[in-house]
Parts: sequence; C-alpha cells; structure tokens
Amino acid sequence: MWQRTRLHYTFSAESDTMPSSDGRKGLLGRLRGLEEPEEHLEESTTETSGSATHEGSTTTEDPASRIGPQAQTLADAPVAILDESKLDEEFLSPGEALEDRYEIVKFLSKGGMGAVYLARDRRFPSVTKLVAVKEMISTIRDSVTSRISLETFEREANILAGLSHPAIPKVFDYFHHDRRVYLVIEFIEGTDLESLLAEIDFALSQENAVNWAIQICDVLSYLHNHRPSPIVFRDMKPSNIMLRDDGQIVLIDFGIAKVFQAGKRGTMIGTEGYSPPEQYRGIAEPRGDIYAVGATLHHLLTRRDPRKEPPFTFQDHPIKDYNPTVTSDVEAIVARALEYEIDDRYPSAEDMKQDLMRAMKGSEDATTTIVSAPLSRQEEISPLWSFHSEGEIRCAAMVSDGAVYFGSYDHSLYCLDADTGKERWRYATDGGVVSSPCLWNETLFFGSEDQILYAVYARTGRIVWTCPTDGKIRSSPQAEYGHVFFGSDDHQLYAVSAKSGQELWRFSAGAAIRSSPVISGEVIVFGCDDANVYALDVQRGESRWKYQVGKALQSSPTVAEDMIYIGSADMSLYALDLANGWAIWRYRTKGRVISSPVVAKGVVYFGSNDHHLYAVDAKTGALVWKYATAGPVVSSPRLTEEDICFGSADAYVYRLNAKTGRLVWRFRTGNAIVGSPVVSNGIVYIGSTDHAMYALPASP
Amino acid sequence: MRFWRRLFDRETGDKTTHPPSEYPIPTHPQMEDPLDIGQRSDIGKTRRANEDSYLTLKSVIGIEPEPIPVGILIVADGMGGHEKGKEASALATRVASGVIVREALLPLLTSLSSDFASRPVHEILTEATAAANQAVSDMASDAGTTLTSALVVGHSVYVAHVGDTRVYYLDGSGLHQITQDHSLVNRLVELGQISAREAQEHPQRNFLYRAIGQGNDLKVDTHFQHLAADSYLILCSDGLWNSVSEEEMVQTIRSSDSPQVACNRLIDMANEHGGSDNITLVLARINY
Repeated sequence: MWQRTRLHYTFSAESDTMPSSDGRKGLLGRLRGLEEPEEHLEESTTETSGSATHEGSTTTEDPASRIGPQAQTLADAPVAILDESKLDEEFLSPGEALEDRYEIVKFLSKGGMGAVYLARDRRFPSVTKLVAVKEMISTIRDSVTSRISLETFEREANILAGLSHPAIPKVFDYFHHDRRVYLVIEFIEGTDLESLLAEIDFALSQENAVNWAIQICDVLSYLHNHRPSPIVFRDMKPSNIMLRDDGQIVLIDFGIAKVFQAGKRGTMIGTEGYSPPEQYRGIAEPRGDIYAVGATLHHLLTRRDPRKEPPFTFQDHPIKDYNPTVTSDVEAIVARALEYEIDDRYPSAEDMKQDLMRAMKGSEDATTTIVSAPLSRQEEISPLWSFHSEGEIRCAAMVSDGAVYFGSYDHSLYCLDADTGKERWRYATDGGVVSSPCLWNETLFFGSEDQILYAVYARTGRIVWTCPTDGKIRSSPQAEYGHVFFGSDDHQLYAVSAKSGQELWRFSAGAAIRSSPVISGEVIVFGCDDANVYALDVQRGESRWKYQVGKALQSSPTVAEDMIYIGSADMSLYALDLANGWAIWRYRTKGRVISSPVVAKGVVYFGSNDHHLYAVDAKTGALVWKYATAGPVVSSPRLTEEDICFGSADAYVYRLNAKTGRLVWRFRTGNAIVGSPVVSNGIVYIGSTDHAMYALPASP
Repeated sequence: MRFWRRLFDRETGDKTTHPPSEYPIPTHPQMEDPLDIGQRSDIGKTRRANEDSYLTLKSVIGIEPEPIPVGILIVADGMGGHEKGKEASALATRVASGVIVREALLPLLTSLSSDFASRPVHEILTEATAAANQAVSDMASDAGTTLTSALVVGHSVYVAHVGDTRVYYLDGSGLHQITQDHSLVNRLVELGQISAREAQEHPQRNFLYRAIGQGNDLKVDTHFQHLAADSYLILCSDGLWNSVSEEEMVQTIRSSDSPQVACNRLIDMANEHGGSDNITLVLARINY
C-alpha cells in the first residue's frame, strides 16, 4: 500500500541551526560502528491494551478516547526482516495467495501489527490490478485483550470502508485467516513526507508545503464532518502523509487496530512530537488534528524534527528564523494551529484551509515581500567620517571622553576627535602598532613592534614612561589594580606599575604571547603560542594552572560566570573552568579561531577563519546560529544593544541582530578587516587594512 | 602562645622537666573530610523490586596549599518491569562510571602537575552517558533508565543528565534544582497546561521524552556549577522528590549531623509519605 523509499530507516534531517556539536555526532557514529548520520528506527504501532494497569493510568477500551502516544519499542525493531529464516516462518512468500484471490507479489514493509504486502488481485486476470494487503497478527497473549483488539480493528476497518475521499486509500476487502486479520487496500505509489525530507537537504518551499497542507486540511475536514460521529485522525505526521507522483496527498495508517500498550508499570518512555498537549490528558478531538498539521508544517518548513526536541517548544523556534523565504501570514497560520489552548486554535480544518488558500493566493500576487538570503541584501550605509593613516590598522580602537585612540602599521599611535575624525595628536614609535591601547587614569598604554611598551598622556600624547622588552609587542595591555599587564614575543608576560613603569613581576611562558590577558579577581589568564592557556596569581605572577589545547592561542580570553572562553589555532573555541583550568566544552569550527570571543546574555560570539561568525550557548556549547561572510573572521565582535558588529577579511563590516543572526547592515571598506570594532554612543569605530579608521552610524 | 607558656611555667615552675618546645598542644580546628558523602537506596513500600541503582566514588588528592577532593556520584532509575529495569539501571551506572574513571579520574589522579585530562569534561560525561545508552539499547529488551552523573573536582561540579532523576544544589541562598526533568508532565507544567499539583497525580506523570536505552539520537544535558564552601549536592530519583517536599529536604539536611544521617532520615520520610516508588538518594557535603 505504501512504498517506503527506505525500509524502516529514516535518516534524521539535520540543519545548520540544529544544536548538536559535531564532536558528539561523530562520537555516536563511532560508537555504533558507522560513520553515517544517525538512523531513526520507525516507531512500531504495536500497542496492546493493558490488562495490567500501572498506577493512576486510565486505560479505556473506548477507541474514541484512546490516550497515550505510541510507545517506542525496540523489541519490534525490524532487524528480523533481513533474517531470511524468520521470513519463512512468519511471513507470506511471493506466490502465496490469500482467499484464493490475492496473490502476494512481494513483501513491502513490516508495521507493528504485521506485514504489508504488495499483491495482485486475481479476479482481474487481464490486467495487473495491484493492491496492498495489510496483515494484523495478534501478538497479545491474553485472549480477552486479543478479542478486544480484533473487534477494534474490525470496527475501524468498517469505518474506513465507508469513506470516500481522494486522499483516503480505498478499502477493498477484509477477512480472517488463522489468527490473522487482513485488510486489502488501494496501493499508493509515491513517497511519504518523512522520507522525502530526509532525501533533500534544502528547505522545502512554502509553495509546496502550503499546497500539501491545503489538501490535508481538506481531508481532515471530511473526516471531522463524518456522520454519525467525527473521525479524529490522531496520527498526523510526515510519515503518515504520502505524496503521490502526481502531487496528490494521501493519508495512510489510519490508526487501524491501534490498541495501546499501557501494561508497563512505572515510568513510560516515548513521545510523539506532533501530538497536542491535551492528548496527554486523554482528550482526542478534531482540533488536536489541527495542532498536528501545524506541527507537521513546522517540521517541513524548518527541518526541525519535533520528536527530537522537548515537547511543545514550537513557539521558541519561529519558522522565519530557519527559513527566511516563508511569509508572515503562513508563519501566523502555523502559529495559530499550534496554540496550546484548544480554543485558541482554528475551530475547524476548513477554517485553516481557507486561511492557507488565502496565503497561497497572496504569494501568487507577489504582494508579500520575501526576505532574501542575507548576502544579497545591501543596506547602503555611509560613514560619518574616515581617517587615513599610512599603514594597515589591525587593532581595535579605544574610545574615551570624546577621543578615539588606535595604532597603525605606519608606527604611530593616533588620537582623533571622536565626532569629527580630526587628528588631535599622534605618537611615533619605531615599529608597527598592532596592539590596542588601554586607558587608565588619563594615561594611555600601548605596545609596539619596536619591542617597547609606551605610556603617554591621553590628552597630549606626551610620553610618561617606557618599558622595553626583548620581543615585538602585539598583545594588548590590560590595566588593573594600578598595574599594566601585557605579553611580548619574548615569551614573557609582564606586570608593571602603571605610574612608573617599574616591573612588579614577569612570567616566562614557552613561546610568544600575542593574546591579551584578562583579569578576574586574583587571577590573570592569557593564551600563548605554545598552545597553553595560563592562569597566574595576579599579585605574584605565580602559576595557578595551565591547560593545553591543540595549537597556538592568539585569541584573547574572556571571562563570564566562572568560565573562560578562548579560541585556538586548532579550530576550536574552548570554555574552561576558571577555578582549575579544565575545559568544560569546546566548539569545533572549520578554521583557526583567532578572533577573541565576547559573551552576553548567555551566548558566546566569536569568529573563525572558516568565514563564519558563531553564536554558541555559553553554558553548553550548543550552536545558536552562525553567519557566513566571504572571508576569515579574525576580528572580534562587539555588542551594542540588540546587535553585534564585526569585520571580516572580505573587507566588510557587518552588523547583525544578536539574537537571530540576521543582517541589519553591512559596510564595505577598501581591504580586509582584521581589527575589532569599538562602539561608543551608538557609533561603530573600525579600522581596516586599507589604512583607514571609519566611524559608522548605528543605522542607515 | 606566650600565655600558654607562662601558664606552663607557673604550674610546674620547672622548665627542664618539660619539652623545650615553645609550642603548646595544637588548638587549630580539626580537618574535616573535605567531601562527605552519604548514600542510600530503598525499595519503598509498594514495589516488588528496587530498580534504582547508584554509585559513589571518592578520592582526596593531598597537595598544598589545599587538598583537592574528587567525587563521582551517579544515580539511575530503571524502568521496564520483570527486573529488566534493575538490569538497565545497574548496567548504565557501571558503564558510565567506567568511562568517567578512565577518561577523567585516572588522568586526574595520576598526573603530577595540575594538568587535567585534555578532553573537555562535558565531552567525557556525554561519552559516558552515550556508552551507557548503547549498552542498555543492546540489552535487546525495551527496558530503559534515567541516568544522572556528577563529577566533583574541588569547587566545581560537572553534570550529565537524562531523565527525571534530579540534581539539587543547596547553599546559603537556598535550594536550587540544577537539572531539568525530561518528563512530559514537566513540560505541561511549564506551559501552564496543568498545575504542579495536578502533575503529581497525572496519569502520564511517568512519561519521559528522553531516557537511556531508547536507541540513538540521545541528547544529553550537561551542567557546570561552582560549589560554595559548606554547600550540598543532592542526587535523587523521583521516589524521593515526588514524596518529600523541598522544605522538608532542606530542613532535614541542615539539621542532620552528617550526610549519611540525612540520607537515612529522608528515605524514612519518603516511606512515611507512602513509599510508592523506589527511593534513592546521594548527598554530598562540600566541607572546604
């Protein structure tokens, strides 16, 4: 009757925004001895009505109020199909004929109750009339229960036989044989929607999904209006929806003989993500089918399988976040179908169908604006001013008190007026200034590739003191507790007095220190090219712990809530326990992570050389969203109100919505951006390797 | 110290008969067990078998300036009837602890510096849970179990969790439930579909949407928490949290002389309140 494209296995559809880390997926694959995507076993429909009740459960034999989702029972796992000997015992072989009329052509699939076969109706010898023969083997030992389930099966078969609708398979015959019962039904050729989703890796177009939904609502309307009593389908989900080759939708698996298994004592396991909340209170009514259609539509349009998520969380995942081509009215239709309260949903399938048809017509008229994919959208934004130095600007600027400070590869540190971009002063060193300056008590500190750390007056640029080291300084200094901390290519981390430049202590690491240190309480943390993250006591410079990652760490760490976040050239972002340095989780990207992470509202944002900006859950490392640019993202992002800004080596400055990752605007500079932006008073200041410093407004 | 010395001298008046030491009998506080763990499991009053399992393992690494306590705490609540539930929970507990010991504990105990295992701890705990899942799934029955594992290292605790067994953290600011129940009913309560009281009587209150032994695609919740001095970590199966209120839990823990005493009292309390399920509790006090 229904032809599955894969016997029993449906590969789970993964989307970019599914929160599973590659590490765990690969891990599970290794555990199963496979290097394939996870396999999902078809739920069995074996449910035997419970003669033993577990405490509190209301088992009823009234089919109209059956409760409980199907228990996923691996005991019925279809491993048996491939076992030839088993086939002989239990199943019919090709050539065998039932009732001397239905000749088995081949075995199609095994459902929970028994097999489904393709057969030929011999009564029509001159044509090949193909039918599907569904078999129900009673596996229930208890004879009372067995008789009840048989009666239920018969009752439902009779109802089905009386239905007539293009989306409902026709019932041709029904008979007993030994302890088995058979149903002969129209054979439908096509693919079920679950298999379809698994085969394609792109999001379904709204057009297709709405078209199918209209057909589904139509047949539901037919069922719900059935006399004498409405028929609730109760099992709406992609695997029960067949798409025929001619585009017609057919519902299959009518809950025939769906007698459930409440016999297990204690905790039950398993849920059906498409079922409405009230179903778990024993209420099965037509508007529950509407919820399930909404859930199915949501899955089709977002590729998010509700069975894999905590139940009833559709509201947390607006369709547009996953599929920007979906229009608002369709999103609203699905949302209404998915309302928790029954009365808030569509009162009837017919009403939902009308809305869907209106939406369909709307898109045909092309009056709705469709949000196009991020990269093709360009909001023109003009800078408030730009300042050209004579060298690449690779560091983040610092803004304070109406002045912007930044270094350039032309050896100078600049001070500009933040409003006008006019130069106030500059300080010339003998090497490129790639580290970001930091301010403390009206003194500005910055390092140069001429191996010296400078302290100058912020207002005038006059020198206060210098601190020579034996290596280029690329790490940005941090000022805290009256001292300045910075690293050098000479392998040392220095702590010097902010007032005098006198050394308090220095710490020797194994290689150049390009990452900037971060201070939290009594601890100072930094990364080193020797692949270690070091935590020192800030007063004495003594080692508290160190943690080794795969490769050099040039990203600067950031601290949030007992955790340290830092990126490595080994392509991962690490989250370490601040107390002992142990990695709690890591997020793997496909490129080196040189960008320093930034944390806000429980999300870590960072860029990778694999061209993406990532937003990852700070506690668990699960991906929230990621945004693709056209070049490595070395720059660290900066947060401003609802948005996040960063630059890419593709020469653009991007501003995205921090929650969803959608583009707000982008601005093109002349060359790659490796420095990080700084935001002050809503203005984004960012330097580029095209030698210029730009001041960009918050919105176009 | 001088006071003692004077007292000493006054009493005897003779310095030569006493040890020349200037230091008296030590009066600094005795060192407490840095991680004091109590544990107990009980069949309850209505069930025919105890399908819960648990495991605790403790170690103290004595180094300066402060010894580091390390603990593994695991509770699993099995389901499946015909004793299969017990087999499932026991298997899951053993398999998970094996992975944690091998991948986290051994490197911790045997490395000389303060370097830890190079693998992120959540990955290790997730692997442990996945291995348990594989083992139980391979049992060729439809048994399942919850599984909640906590690894304590110094003042940090790392948790991996599937099911409705809970981890609570109790400190000066009160009792906090760290894990989220993977039960349908919990979801319904969150949505306001039913009240917390209705949840307790709900016929499907035992439906879990996530459990060990149900095949692949297992999503494991992980948590990280800093532990304050004099705080408690509580792992318990639903037999406990369903029967004993949070107030009673806190009251009993705070008024007991030791975690083991508290465990005994709480289990008794759960039985007094009906004992309709197996009851398992592991309670750790962080004394440092």
